[in-house]
Amino acid sequence: MTSLSTLLNDTRTRQIGLQALMLAAAIGGIGWLVLNTAGNLDERGITGGFGFLERAARFPIAESIIHYRPTDSFGWAFLVGLGNTLFLAVTAALTATLLGLGVALARRSTHPLTSGAATVYVEAMRNTPLVVQLLFWYALLTLGLPNIHMAFTPIDGVILADRGLYLPRPVIAGDKGPFVAALLLGLAATAAAWRYGRIQRLRTGIPNHYGWIAVFSTLLLVGLVWISSSLALSLDRPVIGRFNATGGMGLSPEFTAVFAGLLLYSAAFIGEIIRGGIDAVDKGQWEAGRALGLEEGKILRLIVIPQALRVIIPPMTSQYINITKNTTLALAVGYPDIALVAATTINQTGQAVEGILILMLVFLTLSVTASLFMNWYNRRIALVTR
Amino acid sequence: MRGMVKRLLAGMCLLALTACGQTAAEKKPAAGGPVSGPVGGAVGGTLKAVRDRGYVSCGASTGTVGFGAPDSRGYWRGLDVETCRAVAAAVLGDKDKVRFVPLTGQQRLTALQSGEIDILPRTTTWTLSRDANGVNFTLPNYYDYDGIMVRKDRGVTSSRELDGASVCVQTGSTTEVTFTNLVASVAPNLKAVIFDSTQATRQAFFSGRCDALITDASGLASVRATMASNPDDFIIFPADGKLSPLTPAVRHGDDQWFDIVKWSFQALLMAEELRITQANIDEMRKSQDPTIRRFLGVEPGNGVALGLDEEWTYRIVKQLGNYGEMFDRNVGAGSPLKLDRGLNRLFRDGGLMVPMAFN
Repeated sequence: MTSLSTLLNDTRTRQIGLQALMLAAAIGGIGWLVLNTAGNLDERGITGGFGFLERAARFPIAESIIHYRPTDSFGWAFLVGLGNTLFLAVTAALTATLLGLGVALARRSTHPLTSGAATVYVEAMRNTPLVVQLLFWYALLTLGLPNIHMAFTPIDGVILADRGLYLPRPVIAGDKGPFVAALLLGLAATAAAWRYGRIQRLRTGIPNHYGWIAVFSTLLLVGLVWISSSLALSLDRPVIGRFNATGGMGLSPEFTAVFAGLLLYSAAFIGEIIRGGIDAVDKGQWEAGRALGLEEGKILRLIVIPQALRVIIPPMTSQYINITKNTTLALAVGYPDIALVAATTINQTGQAVEGILILMLVFLTLSVTASLFMNWYNRRIALVTR
Repeated sequence: MRGMVKRLLAGMCLLALTACGQTAAEKKPAAGGPVSGPVGGAVGGTLKAVRDRGYVSCGASTGTVGFGAPDSRGYWRGLDVETCRAVAAAVLGDKDKVRFVPLTGQQRLTALQSGEIDILPRTTTWTLSRDANGVNFTLPNYYDYDGIMVRKDRGVTSSRELDGASVCVQTGSTTEVTFTNLVASVAPNLKAVIFDSTQATRQAFFSGRCDALITDASGLASVRATMASNPDDFIIFPADGKLSPLTPAVRHGDDQWFDIVKWSFQALLMAEELRITQANIDEMRKSQDPTIRRFLGVEPGNGVALGLDEEWTYRIVKQLGNYGEMFDRNVGAGSPLKLDRGLNRLFRDGGLMVPMAFN
């Protein structure tokens, strides 16, 4: 008897018992959901499964990074949507980081006008919903810009209208194989030379010019190959047709609106994160730098930023993940990201459960990948105790 | 780090498991649907659920004047809305015992499948993949075609001449497929600009983002009547000449409810066929014509067969009039849309509306 009550009162037993109970409840709950949904779908005559992914999609996608025709499969349409999502997320994240750095420095500026403007920007961006901002940019682009027939053309080949921004597209005529090969080779050599130069400089303490030598020899090589394979560069200028501009390359109002919205919104948050990181570095570090006679820019770049990064990286991870997830708001302004493709697929096939599952899995994978990468980077720059 | 990866993997496995079971976390208890009972059972659960609840739950559009939209006092009006009111009049005795759930094109089928609504009369084109996926289409309440609307001053009158233009398309509609067909057949350089919401699509068209707007011709007429500053500046022409029958749908697996919805609409057609109107119905009840007597339940039989009382057709016509009256009031001559009756005339008058026998 005593042994049983001892066992019941044992903290370890209790903990294990409680955890086992929680696990059973979780598994039971999920199992119940699974069985119930399967039963309901069956009862309502909805065929499940992912077989529909192989069927022809038959709906148009307005613009895409990956080539798409409506005769392609639903699975391919999802990939095309994913390509658009990734393109949007990566470009927005990169530009937002750069702009965010600028905002952070502006907010730390001692000039009242600069810091004041940055503060107004940050507060305006952070305190309005992103979807409202997207709709605002889209309305501005489609209502604020002139009609295509009265398009703004500052120079020949540049067209700005409510249909988007059109620019001349460079076209290279001739056999591009050797040229591309020379370019790649040159880039690889330059990267290697740059690295070697840096190692040498750190080892010997003497500045060298290996990197620049490689850059110039690459330019020379590429130029020679260009001439020897007689390539010709021409510009494909867009012209205004009966309805739209044709030719050239275009930036649609949909992409511009969602890109500008994401960029400006996220830059405000990133700016605050970076500012917080810089502020977290002890004032003594700046003073020590000045005592050594370093310029302010060098102190920032060589002493403060490396230390600030340790504070900045973890919250930046969630910002990047947020940007990725926020791309789904592209739906509101008609940019065909993966969420729009999923929405259309669900409607065409009625496979709501599968469509949402794919969307969830994709974003889970993206977010986890981003988080793993940032964790790796965080460990790399973490304080190495000597 | 390793721990995190492990946990994530475990999470993904769980998700994958869920996927294999063809399930979702979004499972909701069916509001009116057959919650339990035989699979595909013919015994109606919906009728009982509706009676217990006291109102019919209808899917409605997010605002298509003429088919389904609340008026200035918040009262829902439209051809689709009244199709639903007819069912309420038949089943619950009052055309106002309905609640309308505004749904986007994308939500509508899921809402019906999951039991959130009892009927989906919402300018939904009857297609095979929709029909085969958990819903049953009753009978078309409006024969439509896909139309294209452009500004008159563009001087375009056919899809072929539109080549190279930008077209605003709403996702979650059959017009996406029509658009694809147009690109494949007559206008290879059409550019789509695709939106998720009806409002966004329409606004983009009127803001000048697109040259043309493509959707059901009836919807275009509605948009033109309500959103254009001067409706005469726009013309509407058929996209490809194919018909799209807009058809109310019900959930799979409740045959009794399927029948009730089907025949509630048929009652509107038959009333017109028999020249019974809202005004003369009490007169007509005294008629000696056996067809009329049978139709209005003076001679019993039809009501009990459907699980309703014998006055159900009387109530429908008394409260809503016949199909012709309903058409005129909502989309025809008596409405801002001024649509021609066209294909939606009775078969007798050269249209496609066929009243079935009430015996």
